[in-house]
Amino acid sequence: MSAEAEMILQLENVQKAFGAVVVADALSYEVQKGEALGVIGPNGAGKTSMFNLITGTLRPDSGRVLYDGNDVTQQSAARRSQSGMARSFQVPQPFSGMTVFENAMVAATQSAGLRGRSAEETCLEVIEQTELMSKANTLAGKLTLLDRKRLELTRALCARPQLLLLDEIAGGLTEAECAALVKTIKNIHASGVSIIWIEHVVHALLAVVDRLIVIDFGKKIAEGEPHAIMQTPEVQEIYLGIEVDA
Amino acid sequence: MDWLNALIQGILLGGLYALFAAGLSLIFGVMRLVNIAHGDLIVLAAYMGLTTTIVLGVHPFVAMLLVIPAMALFGYVLQRGILNQTLGDDLLPPLLVTFGLSVIIQNALLEVYTADPQKMDAGALETASVSVGGLSLGILPLMTFGIAVVIIAGLQFIFYRTALGRAFRAVSDNQDIAQLMGLNRRHVFGLAMALALAVTAIAGILLGIRTSFDPSIGGGRLIFGFEAVIIGGLGNLWGTLAGGVILGAAQTLGAKIDPGWQLLAGHIVFLFILAIRPNGLFPRISG
Repeated sequence: MSAEAEMILQLENVQKAFGAVVVADALSYEVQKGEALGVIGPNGAGKTSMFNLITGTLRPDSGRVLYDGNDVTQQSAARRSQSGMARSFQVPQPFSGMTVFENAMVAATQSAGLRGRSAEETCLEVIEQTELMSKANTLAGKLTLLDRKRLELTRALCARPQLLLLDEIAGGLTEAECAALVKTIKNIHASGVSIIWIEHVVHALLAVVDRLIVIDFGKKIAEGEPHAIMQTPEVQEIYLGIEVDA
Repeated sequence: MDWLNALIQGILLGGLYALFAAGLSLIFGVMRLVNIAHGDLIVLAAYMGLTTTIVLGVHPFVAMLLVIPAMALFGYVLQRGILNQTLGDDLLPPLLVTFGLSVIIQNALLEVYTADPQKMDAGALETASVSVGGLSLGILPLMTFGIAVVIIAGLQFIFYRTALGRAFRAVSDNQDIAQLMGLNRRHVFGLAMALALAVTAIAGILLGIRTSFDPSIGGGRLIFGFEAVIIGGLGNLWGTLAGGVILGAAQTLGAKIDPGWQLLAGHIVFLFILAIRPNGLFPRISG
């Protein structure tokens, strides 16, 4: 088996700019099957754009995106979703006129391609797991922030993803809520789903991910073992500012 | 008794208006497209029905079996081929393009069928009636109303109980997110237009049995459809039926006062309702 088959996702020299603003600058990295990759970087570094490039909402100016060994650079977002990519949004974007259960059903039927009873069962299982059961028939537009975040995760999971993209899902949560979420994500990871997780809540991220990359101005500036990466001068500089020479 | 009779005739006529309106309502609900050509599509369906009955020598209701799938297919192709390209943040392009389509359909019909009024022959059904408590009710109006109720119930079921309906609602709610859930927006819109024109096919044939028609009457049907949708409230299909009934009753009661008042009475009731309830009587969605 070639090395490529072991990779769920490969970015090769992905380049994207909006006018003078570069959101992806010769961005290359790989995610192995079953791996959890953490992504950190300052605001505006191009992290969310990177997700848009992976899911197909944005097309790169140049470079390639390979998913499960296949070049998907020109594939539509809908197509990529059907082959097992799912994401959650930093700012939750539910179908607000539909109930929690219906939101889940859209993902289960359209993205995962499930039908009838098996779609319903998958949705209920996931809703149970994400602790939304008591709100299953509530309109998504009426949910609180925490529940909307849970719904983002619910919808992503109902798509039966092979690759799950999480965009700052822990932001804005209390410690206890965050701990519960980390537990859920660990379970998902343990079930074999590959994860890319963008997060500013670093301790939550470090509790889950196997590897960390750091992005700034669309460029990958560091990559490696999470705790080691957090100690590097580049990261210290971004997160804590430049140390004053004594 | 005369007045009661007029009221009931009006209510039954409302069923036909609800059928005019259902397709319009569906399209607007799913893709925020205001289809100016809707009335002409109704007339197109009536002519397709006419041709089918003449060429094959079949009853108009049998002709529906051909016209419904033909209109649905036409709807899908029209949406994928032309209308999808006009959809975006700006409401104007689809208005202009469907207006153009309206002109094209009218002139094409004029070219093929001339301006002479035509009518479909439904045989004895046209004049058959039943007597209920001293009132004589036409079988055809009763059937039309029954069909309208069944179609609205069917659309309601599709919207709220099936995967296709969830796809419609998801795309209508947030197109970009729906794409990420594996929904191809262009295809979903195509299906919505196909469904809308399938309903339009039924409306067109029922229209063609009920009255004579010529290529220029589409505009009037469009207005009735719009009024029914808006009286009922956007996004509510049962409301659309109620809107059609109110409009139909207003017209027949108006005609009872003076035949010249038929259309005017409908428009006045529409304006009145718009003035007191700008969102219609039973709105489900805002905007």
